[in-house]
Amino acid sequence: MKRLKKIAEAIAERVLMVSGFITSLVIVLIVLFLFREGAGLFGKPDVEEGYVLAVNRKNPVEKLSPRQIMEIFDGEITDWKQVGGAEEGIVVFRLNDITDYATEEELGPELDSIPQCLSRILSENSGMIAYVPKQYAADGFTGKRLAEGKITPRSFFGGREWYPTAQPSPQFGVVPLIMGTLWVSLGAILIALPFGLAVAIYMAELAGERIRRALKPAVELLAGIPSVVYGFFGLVVVVPLIQRGFGLPVGETGLAGSLILAVMALPTIITVAEDAIRNTPRAMKESSLALGATHWQTIRRVVLPYSVSGITAAAVLGIGRAIGETMAVLMVTGNAAVIPHTLLEPMRTIPATIAAELGEAPSGGAHYEALFLLGCILFVLTLAVSLSVEFISARRPKQTI
Amino acid sequence: MASADKTARRKRRSEKAVFWLLRLMSLAVVGVLFWILGFIVVKGIEVIDWQFLTGMPKEGMTEGGIFPAIVGTLCLVAGSVVIAFPIGVMSGIYISEYAPDNWLVKFIRVMTNNLSGVPSIVFGLFGMALFVNTLGFGDSIIAGSCTLALLVLPVVIRTTEEALRAIDHSYRVGSLALGATKLQTIRKVLLPMAFPNIVTGLILSVGRISGETAPILFTAVAYFLPKLPTSIFDQVMALPYHLYVIATSGTDLEAARPMAYGTALVLILIVLFINLLAGGLRRYFGNKVKTN
Repeated sequence: MKRLKKIAEAIAERVLMVSGFITSLVIVLIVLFLFREGAGLFGKPDVEEGYVLAVNRKNPVEKLSPRQIMEIFDGEITDWKQVGGAEEGIVVFRLNDITDYATEEELGPELDSIPQCLSRILSENSGMIAYVPKQYAADGFTGKRLAEGKITPRSFFGGREWYPTAQPSPQFGVVPLIMGTLWVSLGAILIALPFGLAVAIYMAELAGERIRRALKPAVELLAGIPSVVYGFFGLVVVVPLIQRGFGLPVGETGLAGSLILAVMALPTIITVAEDAIRNTPRAMKESSLALGATHWQTIRRVVLPYSVSGITAAAVLGIGRAIGETMAVLMVTGNAAVIPHTLLEPMRTIPATIAAELGEAPSGGAHYEALFLLGCILFVLTLAVSLSVEFISARRPKQTI
Repeated sequence: MASADKTARRKRRSEKAVFWLLRLMSLAVVGVLFWILGFIVVKGIEVIDWQFLTGMPKEGMTEGGIFPAIVGTLCLVAGSVVIAFPIGVMSGIYISEYAPDNWLVKFIRVMTNNLSGVPSIVFGLFGMALFVNTLGFGDSIIAGSCTLALLVLPVVIRTTEEALRAIDHSYRVGSLALGATKLQTIRKVLLPMAFPNIVTGLILSVGRISGETAPILFTAVAYFLPKLPTSIFDQVMALPYHLYVIATSGTDLEAARPMAYGTALVLILIVLFINLLAGGLRRYFGNKVKTN
C-alpha cells in the first residue's frame, strides 16, 4: 500500500514536471519555426522564382537592382541611360506580348518554338528587356541573361519599399513597416501615459474605497473588450471624426490607430502603475506629510520618484502591447506601406501586414518567408520589451530621496 | 507670517486644481469605456433577436444570422480550454510546489513571462507553421484550438502559481506533519483552498480566448461557411473574425453594418458576462483574487 502510494507520488511529480516544461518548449518551438520558415528568404533570387530577365546581346547593362527592375516594369524608368546603359528607350516584354512580335506559325503548333522566337525578338529589338520563364531562355538562347541578384539581409532590413506582389521583382523592404509600427505605438503611448498615470494616481492615492471598487472592474472591462470590437468602433466612430476634424481625404490614419491603441494600452498601464504607486512604504509618505508637505507635494516628490521603475515598466509594457496589436490597427490605419512623415497619414504596421497578406502568400514562396521574418522581428521586439521590463523591475527603488 | 499663509493657500489651491485634473482624466477614461459600450449596445440591440442568434448568414452576409459563428467560437473556446487548462494548472502546481529553485525553474519562469508578452499574431504564424502545415491539420478547429491554448497557457500558469503561493506555508507543514504525503497535501489541502482564485482566473482567460482574432486567422476560420462543423478537422466561422470580415471586406459594407453592430454586441455581451461571472464568483468565495 505504502509502496503504491510512493509510486503514485513519483508519477505525479513527473507528470507535473513535464507539463512545466511544455511552456519552455513552446517558446523554443516558436523561435525554431519562425526562423526556419523565415530564414529561407535570404539567398532567394530577387526576381520571381523560375523566371529570368534577358536583354539584347549588345546591351552593356549586366545587372539591375530590384528597385530598378520594378521601376522599369512600372514604366517609371524608360531609358537605359537611367540605369547605366546606352541612351536608348526601354521596351518591356512579357511572355504574353509574344503574339505582337511573332505569328502563330512561327511559334509552332505546340508552342515549342518559343525559345527561338524569343532569341529572334530580342536580337531585333536592341532596347528590349524580356521577363520570361527560365526554360524558354535556356539552350540556344542568343539574348543576354541579366545576372541574378539575391535578396540579402541588407535589402530586407534597409529596403525602403514594400511591394511584395510586384512583378517581376517583389520589393521586401521593411523600413516603412517598422517606421509605421513605431509611429503608431509611440503616438499611442504619448496619449495613453498621461491618462493612465492620472487614473493610477487617482486610484491609489485619492479615490475612496467605493470609487476604487467601481473603477477597478471598469479598467478590467476595458482590457476585456476584444480587439476587433475596438477596431470596429475605431472604423465607424474615430475614423470619420478624424476625417472631418482634420479635413483629410481619408480618416484611416496613424492617428486613428494611435487613439485606439491608447485606449487598449490603458488597462496595462493603469494596473502596473497603480501597483507600483501602492507599494510606496506608508512610513515614507507619512514622514513627508509630517514635515508639512501637502498631499500633492508628497505624491510628486516622494511617491512618484519612489515608484518610477514601476511606472517605467508600465510604459514599456504598454508599448509592447501596442507594437503587437493586430486587428484593431489593421482596421483603422489605412495600411499604406509608405514611410510616414506625420501621424495624419495612412500607415501600416508589422502585425497588420502579416494579418493582411499571409492569406494570399503561397506557402514556401518568398512573400510567405518575408512575412515570417516580420514575425521574427515582432518576436524579437516583444522579447526585448519583456526582458527590459524584468530588468527595470529587478532594480530596487532607491531608499533615499 | 502673512506671506507664509499666502504660500500655503496658493499651494492648497494648486493642489486642488491638480486633483481635479486627475479626477477629470479618470472620468474621461471611464467615459471612453461607456462611450464604446453604449455605442455598440445602442446600435446592436435593434439587430439582435432570436432569428439573428440562430439563423444562417444570407445575402452576402448582409442579412440572416450568425449562428455558425457562435457555434464556431464555442468549439474553439472549448477546444483550447480542454488543452490549456490541464497543462497550465499542472505546470502551475509544479512551479509552485515541486520545482527546486535552480536555473531550470528560473528559465521556465522567464519563458512563461516572455510567452505572455508575445503578440497574438505571432502565435497565429506559429500555429500555421506547426499545426496547419507541419502536422497537417489544415485550417481546422483543432489547429485553432491548439494555437489559442498556447496563447492562454501563460495566464493559466501564472494564475495557478499565484493562487498556490498565496496560501500560508503553515497549511503545508500542518498537513505533512499529520502524515499526509505531498500529493495528498496538494489534492486535499492546497487545491481546495486555491480553487476560487484559480477558477476566477480561468474564467477570465476564457474571455480573452473568445475575442481573439489574429491567432485563428490562418489556423481555423473560414470567410463564409453556412453549415455547422461536424468534426474537429473542420473549418469554422468565428465571431471575432466574422465581425472583421463584415466590417471591412464585404461586397456591400453599408448593408452589412447592422449585422456588424449585432455581432459586436454579442462579443461584448460575452465579455461582460464573463467579467460579471468572475466578479460574482470572487464575491461568492469572499476571497481577494489577484488578476494580472
